[in-house]
Amino acid sequence: MKYIEPHGHMVSRTTDDYERMALAGCQAICEPAFWAGFDRASADGFYDYFRQITEYEPKRAAKFGIKHFCWLCINPKEAEDLKLAEDVIALIPQFIDKPGVLGIGEIGLNKNSRNELKIFEQHVQVAQDYDQLVLIHTPHLEDKLKGTRLIVDALKNFPKIKPERVIIDHVEEHTIDHVLDHGFWAGITLYPESKCTPHRAIDMLEHRHAERIWMNSACDWGISDPLAVPKTMQAMRHRGWSTEMIQRVAWDNPRTFMGQCEKFKL
Amino acid sequence: MPDWTPPTNVNLVDLGFMDSRSKLIDLAAFLDRVQLAGQESDFRVQSLKKAISLLSQDKPQRAKEVLLSFSDPSTEPIAKATMQGAIGAFREGSA
Repeated sequence: MKYIEPHGHMVSRTTDDYERMALAGCQAICEPAFWAGFDRASADGFYDYFRQITEYEPKRAAKFGIKHFCWLCINPKEAEDLKLAEDVIALIPQFIDKPGVLGIGEIGLNKNSRNELKIFEQHVQVAQDYDQLVLIHTPHLEDKLKGTRLIVDALKNFPKIKPERVIIDHVEEHTIDHVLDHGFWAGITLYPESKCTPHRAIDMLEHRHAERIWMNSACDWGISDPLAVPKTMQAMRHRGWSTEMIQRVAWDNPRTFMGQCEKFKL
Repeated sequence: MPDWTPPTNVNLVDLGFMDSRSKLIDLAAFLDRVQLAGQESDFRVQSLKKAISLLSQDKPQRAKEVLLSFSDPSTEPIAKATMQGAIGAFREGSA
């Protein structure tokens, strides 16, 4: 059954992962810019990284028949260094018209600091100025609830940013209603240890009737599973979901959200 | 979604009991282990025990309540991030 991986950090994955994802039915992968696992020394590192995800990674994916798209930003983990963050934000406009770029992301908060919030707002301003879709990372574990609330509050200061053009990712049971009730899309991330298991994801999908929700593996260099989405689709079958409704979540929903960007064509 | 089709009824106990049983025994063994090692005063263990008490609630919102119990309840941004990772449980006085 075909599906879209709407959040995968493929620069961290092997070619074998591309092959396994293609065999499992993956038709498209969307790669948000993120933290490399260490703090980069200068904006030059991001320039190369943006070239990698806009030029090189699409070619690697194409070898397996997978379309590759990406999002641009500096992640919140590196936002305490305001000079670095602002230098990186200044790079974004020269990449924004590349064919596979869908918008600004994954921006957001990590430890909910003032500087993170300041850089988050600067990114949202870029999205507003260039009429871009927005993909938002919410903090980890004990910081998620507060960070999600701060993000939703901050977005209210950008009247031209339409909630239906923003997805707030990594929701869990204590944040999903807040996100969806404000009109945003919500992303559920399937991780083996943190974030969400397949059955919890399905519980939330059933609770919200799968409306404005996508699910992703967020596979990266850490403990993560690039096949988490098809494995959850299998769990949905065991839970009595129809093929049509599984496709709605794994294919139609991400296609509907990202299809708001005219460059997202499958 | 206006045309939501709910899943057909399946036996969710058949699907999930053994997995939940296994996780519960793991949790019990973890609490025994840290107690025997004299480490149960760690705020994370205390946080876990507090969360466990929420499982006896009647409303089907246990997952949400457990997550809320681990969460930072403050509402203002912190002055500066002094670490990049998260611990998994909020430590009183750390916000």
